Amino acid sequence: MTEPLIFEYSSASRQGFVADSDARPNLLAEVLRTDELMLPSASELEVVRHYTRLSQQNFSIDTQFYPLGSCTMKYNPRVCNRLAMLPQFLGRHPLGPVEHGQGYLQTMFELQEMLQVATGMAAVSLTPMAGAQGEFAGVAMIRAYHESRGDEARNQIIVPDAAHGTNPATATMCGCEVVEIPTREDGDLDIDRLRAVAGSNTAGIMLTNPSTLGLFERQIEEIAAIIHAAGGLLYYDGANLNAILGKTLPGDMGFDVIHMNLHKTFSTPHGGGGPGSGAVGVTERLKPFLPVPFVQKVDGRYTWATEEQYPQSIGRLSAFMGNAGVLLRAYVYMRMLGRTGMERVSDFAVLNANYLMVCLREAGFEVAFPERRASHEFIVSLKQIARETGVTAMDFAKALLDYGFHAPTTYFPLLVPECLLIEPTESESRRSLDGFVAAMAKIRDAAYSDPDTVKQAPLTMPVRRLDDVHAAKQPDLVWQSAESGQRKG
Amino acid sequence: MSEVPESCLYTKDHEWLRLEDDGSVTVGITDHAQEALGELVFVELPEAGAGLGVGDACAVIESVKAASDIYCPVAGEVTEANASLTEEPELVNSSPYGDGWVFRLRPEDAKALDQMMDAESYGRFLAEVED
Repeated sequence: MTEPLIFEYSSASRQGFVADSDARPNLLAEVLRTDELMLPSASELEVVRHYTRLSQQNFSIDTQFYPLGSCTMKYNPRVCNRLAMLPQFLGRHPLGPVEHGQGYLQTMFELQEMLQVATGMAAVSLTPMAGAQGEFAGVAMIRAYHESRGDEARNQIIVPDAAHGTNPATATMCGCEVVEIPTREDGDLDIDRLRAVAGSNTAGIMLTNPSTLGLFERQIEEIAAIIHAAGGLLYYDGANLNAILGKTLPGDMGFDVIHMNLHKTFSTPHGGGGPGSGAVGVTERLKPFLPVPFVQKVDGRYTWATEEQYPQSIGRLSAFMGNAGVLLRAYVYMRMLGRTGMERVSDFAVLNANYLMVCLREAGFEVAFPERRASHEFIVSLKQIARETGVTAMDFAKALLDYGFHAPTTYFPLLVPECLLIEPTESESRRSLDGFVAAMAKIRDAAYSDPDTVKQAPLTMPVRRLDDVHAAKQPDLVWQSAESGQRKG
Repeated sequence: MSEVPESCLYTKDHEWLRLEDDGSVTVGITDHAQEALGELVFVELPEAGAGLGVGDACAVIESVKAASDIYCPVAGEVTEANASLTEEPELVNSSPYGDGWVFRLRPEDAKALDQMMDAESYGRFLAEVED
């Protein structure tokens, strides 16, 4: 059953909160509202039930296995949130004098240092507010570096065709031209093509390693040598950092700049469009271009680095320094795990992915790169099943909901037809992985015996197949009351 | 197996071309391409008068699964774009070789069409990729 909107519960006779009508804000009469605020009017109990029911109709990491590939939907320990919510952190005003916030600045300084060590970089700035902004900062620094050397012809960014869509988008936003490089059949980059395109126009290359195919790029050192010899720089997209945490360093692979999705790998719930963090790390030569502010320690005192001190900085990306809550959770998470704990994260992320891949292959599913070991995620192609039964990857994704599993990523990467990109993460038990394999096998059997039913899935959810074409073409996002036709959202 | 009409020429990017009587070339995406993309929700068209080189990304088709570029198969000047796709992108799904055409251009050199695959070779190419 679908839950009505909170507006549909509204009735003038019920109220959960009574505003103090005597309190007059100190504002000029002409800017004061005279008409009614169009807010729903419901009792406290109605509001509590409404939102509790909504939360029960949702899939979440707290309730379900959530193998959404390339998203790292892992469990975020409660303690990280609890400590980030300490009143001493919450109450700190971002414009307060640094003397009043030395504790917070110290945590941020230490977080910068821990991330430096974890990625093999020389300096870190925590200011980007999300992954996309981190990417933007990274490529902006590459451009600034070339410009500072008078090397202005370098405007090409090389991107493999397996890249996240954000990579070419970032390069374009930074005013660069995107040069796409194909992937070989074994899943590694076509290095001959790379050699052919790398040259005096190359600003840099953007790579995710392991790639979105769930494979570790084995030629990374050679790639770095080719790009550096051509005068370009290497950008590391940190989306898949969970796979290598504590095992190998992007700095050792030859990367010059990296962004990290702290909300993904370092303990902030994500996926709902909430606040993120795209912290960036750089090697020595890109240090002057880091976005300000970041925290520096001078004579035992913590201060914000400014444009005056770093005139070559690409500048500010937001009013303050990143999303404090996300940064604090990352700090707690890293302090809690320590060096060996971080290794265990990638140990189990990779072990779980390979266990699940082998189990699915043994259950008869086709894996995209069977000869390769998976990193933290892998691809199943349902091409044959789709051809023989008409049941597609999207139908599998919908049917999995009936078995209590959030769907994996579908139809990405684009290189593999009818694919599911599956990332179990380190937090899942063997039991939940086995349950997923059993559900996949049952759906496959149903695809052959009763395809029409699978194509109607989900059968047990509050809503059935949504009309995604209609939703994309005519999105209706604002509630409208039936009687008045008046928009109230 | 998807539809591959004899009257068209084809590219490896799953676009079709048809030489019209007035010497212009109509371009669209193949039945195989529309099926792989799924239901279309948006088409961005080139402007009439635009000069295009071979391989230029000249239109964008977006489905519920993905957004893809259409690459210009032969150099020339765009004479017309199929404006009805703006309101009804699904025409590409229902009639990829008919009402779902994407744009027309006047080719710089009609000989460039000789480089394209005919229906038979495209059919063989499809059999390979679909395998």
